[in-house]
Amino acid sequence: MKTHLNTLYITTQGTYLGKSGESVQVRAEGKVLAQLPLHNLEGVVCFGRVGCSPSLLGACAERGVSVSLLTQHGRFLAAVRGNTSGNVLLRRQQYRLADRPEVALDVARRIVLAKVANSRSVLLRAARDCVAGDAARLDTLRREGGRLAASAPGLREATTIDQVRGLEGEAATHYFGAFDALLSPSASAEAFRFTGRSRRPPLDRINALLSFLYTLVLHDARSACESVGLDPCVGFLHADRPGKPALALDLMEEFRAFVADRLAFSLINRRQVSADGFEVRENGAVLMNDATRKAVLAAYQQRKRETLAHPFLEEQTTVGMLVHLQALLLARWIRGDLDAYPPFLWKG
Amino acid sequence: MYVLVTYDIQTTTAAGRRRLRQAARACLDFGQRVQLSVFELKVDPARWAQCRARLLGIIDPAVDSVRFYHLGSNWESRVEHHGVQTGFDIEGPLII
Repeated sequence: MKTHLNTLYITTQGTYLGKSGESVQVRAEGKVLAQLPLHNLEGVVCFGRVGCSPSLLGACAERGVSVSLLTQHGRFLAAVRGNTSGNVLLRRQQYRLADRPEVALDVARRIVLAKVANSRSVLLRAARDCVAGDAARLDTLRREGGRLAASAPGLREATTIDQVRGLEGEAATHYFGAFDALLSPSASAEAFRFTGRSRRPPLDRINALLSFLYTLVLHDARSACESVGLDPCVGFLHADRPGKPALALDLMEEFRAFVADRLAFSLINRRQVSADGFEVRENGAVLMNDATRKAVLAAYQQRKRETLAHPFLEEQTTVGMLVHLQALLLARWIRGDLDAYPPFLWKG
Repeated sequence: MYVLVTYDIQTTTAAGRRRLRQAARACLDFGQRVQLSVFELKVDPARWAQCRARLLGIIDPAVDSVRFYHLGSNWESRVEHHGVQTGFDIEGPLII
């Protein structure tokens, strides 16, 4: 059984990562900042101007440590990986299943159902934590939660993948409509008001936070696919496009609300990030500053260490392992060991 | 599991200094240096067997010594640190 290993994040500009024996050595200005054994790591994520020695990249590829290169602001640039792991028969079977519309429809439906159910759990959980006096917030959370529940029958009856995508979009509208109500009133100063999803570039603080967290989850989902031997670029719900990690995106849908969105809101509600931790560019793009980025990374790593019981496997696990377990279940279904793919459902 | 490795290696001879360097390098392959000849290793049993065999192969039992303290998985409650911080928590957030 794979264990949840740590991920090393490098955000200091101008650092250089070298290989020393069996460990990564982080150097800057001639000084060694840290030395970490490779066997304790499952990933290295480099932000911006960070150098890596070829021998380190080789060693990482050989030991299954994924290395991702991101811009300083967290946009994905490249990933270094070794030989595709796992079994070619599994991957061939994945392609065959993805080519069969009725099979792809079934998985897509399951994934979207879980996504909607998890988004609903997030809203209802917030409603339960809501102080009694705040009737308007409570009302919004419950109402939109109810609307999300109502989209389930439609999803079950959908006959084409485009229908599923349409219903997913509709559910997302309801969910994001209740997004503002997730903020506790004291913290929801104008600075963190949510008006709608915006990407490339994010146009407000919440969107900057969300985009960054989604990149982190995607990095994990992609490594999860690779570590069980699946091709991260051939998905069921997301269409194939060169360079697009469709399967990793599929896998991520179940976790967006539960992992990323909840973390974004608790960071704001607990005042772990503040409005002045962001900078606004001339073109309207909103970016995090270095301190905020580090606070978010630390909180994300902390969240990954929290334990919970996996609803399908009925085993204690960590939040960080969830995406690996789902990738494993996906591989088992593709291999024919499971009748259907059981998506992750959070029991809020 | 967590293992604490400490050693005393005779450095009066060139061969002794060589053993000292080799032992430090072996420990750094598996864990982190917390004090000059004190290392904390987070290893699984298989890796621990490798590390142990390698260290025992390096030292000269006639003049050197090495000690292994098994701190188990609940090591946080068993370790207390004061003074300058040289190490890091290998299970905590690693952000540089």
